Amino acid sequence: MMEAVLRIDHLDKSFPGVQALDDVSINVGANEVVGLVGENGAGKSTLLKLIAGIDQADSGHINVRGREVSLHSVAAANDAGIGMVFQEQSLLPNVSVAENILLGHEKEAIRFGFYDWPKLNQLAAVQLGKLDAKIPPDAQTDTLSFVERQLVEFAKVLAIEERTHHEPLILLDEPTSVLEGEELETVLDQIERLREHASLIFVSHRLDEVLRVSDRIYVMTNGRCVAERDPKQCELAELQQLMLGQALGAEYDRKVTAHAVTEAATVRLSVRELRRQGCYDAVSFDIHVGEVLGIAGVEGSGREVLCRTLFGAEGVDGGEILLDGQLMCFGGCDEAVQAGIGYVPAERRTEGIIGGLSVKENMTLAHLEEVLLGPFLDLKREKEVASHWVERLQIRTPSAETPATNLSGGNQQKVVLSKWLMAKNLKILIMDHPMRGLDVGAKAEIFVLIRELAQSGIGIILIADTLDELIALSNTIIVMRDGYISQRFTVSETSPTRLQILEHMV
Amino acid sequence: MTARGHQLPPTRRPVLPTGGREAGSPGILRKKLRFWGLLVALIFLCIGFSLAAPGFATILNMQTIANRSAVPLVLAVGMTFILIHGSIDLSMEGIMGVSSLTFAMTILNSRTDLDFGLFAIVLATLTGAGFGAINGLVVTRLRVPSFMVTLGVWSFSWGVAMLLSGGRPPLIRDQMWRSFGLGKTVGIPNLVVVALVCLAVGYVLQAYTRFGRYSFVIGGGEDLARLSGVPVDKYKVLVFVFSGFLAGLASVMEAARIGVGHSSIGLDQMFATITAVVIGGTPLSGGQGGVIQSAIGVLTLAVLANGMIFIGVSPYLQKAVQGAIVIIAVVGATWHLQERLRVVK
Repeated sequence: MMEAVLRIDHLDKSFPGVQALDDVSINVGANEVVGLVGENGAGKSTLLKLIAGIDQADSGHINVRGREVSLHSVAAANDAGIGMVFQEQSLLPNVSVAENILLGHEKEAIRFGFYDWPKLNQLAAVQLGKLDAKIPPDAQTDTLSFVERQLVEFAKVLAIEERTHHEPLILLDEPTSVLEGEELETVLDQIERLREHASLIFVSHRLDEVLRVSDRIYVMTNGRCVAERDPKQCELAELQQLMLGQALGAEYDRKVTAHAVTEAATVRLSVRELRRQGCYDAVSFDIHVGEVLGIAGVEGSGREVLCRTLFGAEGVDGGEILLDGQLMCFGGCDEAVQAGIGYVPAERRTEGIIGGLSVKENMTLAHLEEVLLGPFLDLKREKEVASHWVERLQIRTPSAETPATNLSGGNQQKVVLSKWLMAKNLKILIMDHPMRGLDVGAKAEIFVLIRELAQSGIGIILIADTLDELIALSNTIIVMRDGYISQRFTVSETSPTRLQILEHMV
Repeated sequence: MTARGHQLPPTRRPVLPTGGREAGSPGILRKKLRFWGLLVALIFLCIGFSLAAPGFATILNMQTIANRSAVPLVLAVGMTFILIHGSIDLSMEGIMGVSSLTFAMTILNSRTDLDFGLFAIVLATLTGAGFGAINGLVVTRLRVPSFMVTLGVWSFSWGVAMLLSGGRPPLIRDQMWRSFGLGKTVGIPNLVVVALVCLAVGYVLQAYTRFGRYSFVIGGGEDLARLSGVPVDKYKVLVFVFSGFLAGLASVMEAARIGVGHSSIGLDQMFATITAVVIGGTPLSGGQGGVIQSAIGVLTLAVLANGMIFIGVSPYLQKAVQGAIVIIAVVGATWHLQERLRVVK
């Protein structure tokens, strides 16, 4: 039996209205990678925050290398050899890599109050060397790519080793959530390398990754640790089942849920030869009543700008947009909203919800006229409308008065959706990565919702996170490359494969 | 209840438990605590001064305190909306100067032959609103931060006020307005009545209108507001117009009280107003707060200033105490953020 670097016994933590952790016990061995999976709101983030010293437990014990510790602050956790790599990167963009790595612990590299730059760079190089990363320590941080910055984060956490004379315990909170392809591989390889210098707790929504890199996996649901699995003897489906209590994945199967859009259906939105200088050109398509139009394309293909144009956030340099046969010329988003277009942005936290406002206020802010009585707000009506949507979309919240920031990602996304759905005249809903950062359960619910919306007659424009999602949801897929539509697919009995779509993307 | 908005096909899935717990969420709880905490502090302050100085708890002194709060309260209502928007308005003192002169020179006065009567008030408040519109239009059209714009307009309007005044501040000769400014209705000073009406209007605007709701929305996330189709620029201009209008009204009240139009009539009002609003619980960061809290903030400052006179604190020290209080209040308001790890942007 390996010596446990970290042992957690019977941890409890509650926030007003919710028991976030309920009698959680886990342990992490030396140089072990422990995977932590669970739905949004299952308590993974809370657990990590307790271990990182950001929050404190109500009761329970935390032992580090056999000694009970009190992790009352991030500094205390650091002193115990625990470091966290955050989902949103926490590097200063305007200083050098070396300064970031040794931030707050530059002591050795300071002489008589002045920076000893060669020494500082050398100390940073030691940490980068552990990762075999070829990043110059004196480079300014904002010149690095996302993945390189991620490696700098790793190096920063590894520096704990020199300070505590122990190999550190590193907490990774979804380090891969925004990565794809080669970049993803680089980071996963680095996690393998980190293992030689540290113990790790790895949290990710991508279960295949967790299965690949972990030595052991804990499954959490509703604040409890419900299972412990060996990835070698465990399948993806089993993990999903443990997380949800039911098998999942059926929503990806078109045969189960797909709905057909008849050729005869009325055209909702018609785009003719739309052009935006330097972004896209000659874009034409129709969206029928109840149709989901998926747009595939890499970053820079023009699809994001196209969506913003349709929502009035960008101008056009040529072509026309017809909504229900009427020529549209949006001077701004407010005009697009009035015309019956909704936009679900990719940046949910900053563009989707206002954290400080209540669920209710977030829901009604785009269409206040729905709850207006003359010049005054009808607060009673607003409450009714909000509770209706809370119930209708099964938004898990103590009440409609709860600040939206207290909700989990999936439930926040449902609030964003209801914001648009409450408009009686909603005709087109543009969804930019609606499932980004959601766990499987929440994803499945959004999946079903998108289909229901389409069935109710709304035209949907979808930019999805993965091609699988796109194929599963769309009736029509257009592929964009360098600002032009490079291919169109009609998805019916036979779906295009990912490869077929990919061919036209790059 | 009838379903509003888009009709979806009926749900097929069972309704999941929403964990209907009663306890309010941490955000709501904290706001309530802050509000009641301030009220309790105010009451303790009153009790303390009453015990220390027998003259404090008299009807006459209460009237003095109320009178002292009237003009700051009117200004604070405007400032509250500005701060909820996440903006700042530093031009109030200058606008008050111009407006007070506009008022004093168009009502029966010692300098001009004009006598517009009631219409003088309209002119003065419109002048204020006009300068507010300049603030709002420069902020939204030219995209200059409100801090710089209103600082400029402050200086500009003050300059205009001094030009108008020409070193000979006009005395108000209209006896009706003089007596209104100094008079009482059933024991309540008239100016206090005006201020309370402003507060009531402010509260209705805040809680029951689009103007109020959008203030919170824009202050909470301007990008999001734009993406949700909120005409952000329109409401930003409106909030500066509103604030300018109230600054104009405040100057009329002050001019009616002291009987003269003066370029420096708003001197020291801005700092006191921002202090009162922030103490009340409307942070400079926007998206939160409210006019009722600001009213309590105004009262707290007035009680403090008045009480300090009673217990014999030097007027010079009073200024220092006011400054210290605003810092303490801000520290108190942001205390809960101290332990949290803030992501460096």
